[in-house]
Amino acid sequence: MSQTAISEGGRLPMWRAAWVVARRDFSAILFSRSFIFFLLGPLFPVIVMGLAGGVGAQVQSEAAVADIGIAMEAKDVDAMLAARGALAEQMPGVVPPMVELERLRPGEAYDARAVLERAEGSLAAVVTGTLDAPVLTATEERAARWQGVVGLVAGNAQAGSVPAPASVETAIVGTSGAAETSGRLRTAQIGQVLLFLLIMLLASMVLSNLVEEKGNKIIEVLAAAIPMDALFMGKLFAMLGVSVVGIAVWGTCGAAILFAGGQSLSDYANPGVGWPMFFLLFPLYFAMGYLLLGSIFLAVGSLASTVREVQTLSMPATMFQILVFFFASLAVTDRGGLIEYGAMAFPLSSPFAMVARAAVEESLWPHLLALGWQGLWVFIFVKLGANLFRRRVMKSGPRQSRRRFGLGFPARAQAVAKEAG
Amino acid sequence: MATSITPEREITDPRPLAIEARGLVKRFDTTLAVDGVDIAIPEGAIYGILGPNGAGKTTTLRMLLGIIDPDAGYRRVLGAENPQNVARRIGYLPEERGLYPAMKCFEAIAFMGALRGVPLDTGRKRGKELLEQHGLGHAIDKQIRQLSKGMAQTVQLLGTLVHEPKLVVFDEPFSGLDAINQGKLEVLIRGLADKGTTVIFSTHVIAHAERLCEGIAIIAGGKVPFTGRVDEARDRIPAQVRLETRNAEGPWRAALPADTRRVGDFWYFPLPESGVEPLLKALIEGDAGIQSLSIERAGLHDAFVAIAGEAAAADMITNAAGEPA
Repeated sequence: MSQTAISEGGRLPMWRAAWVVARRDFSAILFSRSFIFFLLGPLFPVIVMGLAGGVGAQVQSEAAVADIGIAMEAKDVDAMLAARGALAEQMPGVVPPMVELERLRPGEAYDARAVLERAEGSLAAVVTGTLDAPVLTATEERAARWQGVVGLVAGNAQAGSVPAPASVETAIVGTSGAAETSGRLRTAQIGQVLLFLLIMLLASMVLSNLVEEKGNKIIEVLAAAIPMDALFMGKLFAMLGVSVVGIAVWGTCGAAILFAGGQSLSDYANPGVGWPMFFLLFPLYFAMGYLLLGSIFLAVGSLASTVREVQTLSMPATMFQILVFFFASLAVTDRGGLIEYGAMAFPLSSPFAMVARAAVEESLWPHLLALGWQGLWVFIFVKLGANLFRRRVMKSGPRQSRRRFGLGFPARAQAVAKEAG
Repeated sequence: MATSITPEREITDPRPLAIEARGLVKRFDTTLAVDGVDIAIPEGAIYGILGPNGAGKTTTLRMLLGIIDPDAGYRRVLGAENPQNVARRIGYLPEERGLYPAMKCFEAIAFMGALRGVPLDTGRKRGKELLEQHGLGHAIDKQIRQLSKGMAQTVQLLGTLVHEPKLVVFDEPFSGLDAINQGKLEVLIRGLADKGTTVIFSTHVIAHAERLCEGIAIIAGGKVPFTGRVDEARDRIPAQVRLETRNAEGPWRAALPADTRRVGDFWYFPLPESGVEPLLKALIEGDAGIQSLSIERAGLHDAFVAIAGEAAAADMITNAAGEPA
């Protein structure tokens, strides 16, 4: 047999085998019902967060209602309420609401402490005394907060009028140093959270896909025909392709909602590297992060043979990844410090740390370095995962019962067996 | 001219070898799964690997296919020392069958062809043709999950053949099939061999090997106590003589060997090395009054028991219980 014939009959080259697997996985996932749920997936946390935020805000606003009760002589009560109204117009949101509590006769005493201790309604403090010597009864924190305001209201009530404020002209700017920094940090945090959610979602999906494949028993057919590395690469990149479709759909929907709401990207803080570069780097770091974590999950999948085993085995990996995410989040608060450099160097946290860096820092060269570094680790992780997978999945034949039931044999065969020893 | 090597002797065979393996060893942790397997299979042969579950059949096949590497030993498959170099000329049906449940039948066949280098369009076309040829034309557009187990198994089998391999390896191909489909599979295997394809299959049902195989390897406990032709295996056990006589006693009794057994009206004993004619002569001269005399050649099952031992045979029978033969 000629060497040419042998090479023509050999396994598919790595890239071609990976392509065969990736094409099958990609189309199978894309045209499955689960892909619809995948697309809708991010809606659920958004809805939950929206609902939780709305409910929280409602609770907070309900809880925030705190009135200051006025218990003074009748004329003083009127003067206090009038002064409060006039000041509230000039300083919206600064002067707390005040309500009439009691119109006292001259010299009549009022037990403000007892009224507050009954803890009824929204009464948070009580002002007694006179306009020139008001007494504020409240908890320590509220007393400290409202002491000045009550004095201001009483002073104006005593004067009988609120002085007209000087007219102040305003000049609006788009941003400021503080706003820019704060906005970039917010972009960094949002970027990290998005990256984490997407990667975890996809890594779980690729794991489920592998377990399903093991359950379908097709894995040995694949292993006999193509290199295990190609199988790994095919699976990883198929899911990456699926995620690109997902991101495109989500991005388009998000942009449509943004523009429909009359907003544009210029309304948000410009990332350090600029929006175009940020939009280029984000998918790259997503790909790296996904490939790294996906490799780990696939290796975990090779150790497991049932969904339950997968859940048990993937739990530590998931927990570890959450820790890594927190580590990378912490790095945002330690710019230029050891934690940030550590997060950028550690392969699993590097994509998160670098996305944050893209949001807050202008320089581009660290991204080239990081992508190369992460690419190296992707290669190592995939190779290690594939090796582990090959060793585990092809270890032995199916488990079979080894029981023996002492069945009878043809007498002649038994006799011959005895002869044969 | 090639030389097929068996543990005890060499047999000359004019055909080149499709597979040659010597001293294959595979250990998993502390378990010695395969311990020095020697196999030689000529091109175009139907070859069976017999043994109970856990004997090392699947591990041996996986080593021959290059799915796993042996810890020691030598293998040569279709002329290549590394089976992966000829992977596209090999078809493999593993014991644990599996297809993607959502795939249509012809797509599943095309996918398996694509794994072996067949362009997808060609694979789809061949897939449809193969399904038509094997009576599954009505299932071309059906999803795998809509098929019965036997039909799905047939689809996978066709996927194994879509790239027209020169060597086909089936691991327990009859397992899970009903008697009718087992018969169809036997026809298919013979058809492949007629076209010059080498077919190797493992089985724990001896009857299939006996009907189909030109050569067999018996595996038990990771070792191969026998490889060779089926008739050679049978020859390990001397033919048995069954004799019925009119006279119970007489001088003729001296002609019977010492290990003769009496069961009912019959005498059973191994055929003497001198043959049947001197025996007949002694029986007639000794006035046995022969009523009937027959010579029974040993079956493969008997040979298996003799070669692999009772324990292995017991496992085989347990494993095969309930399966049509």
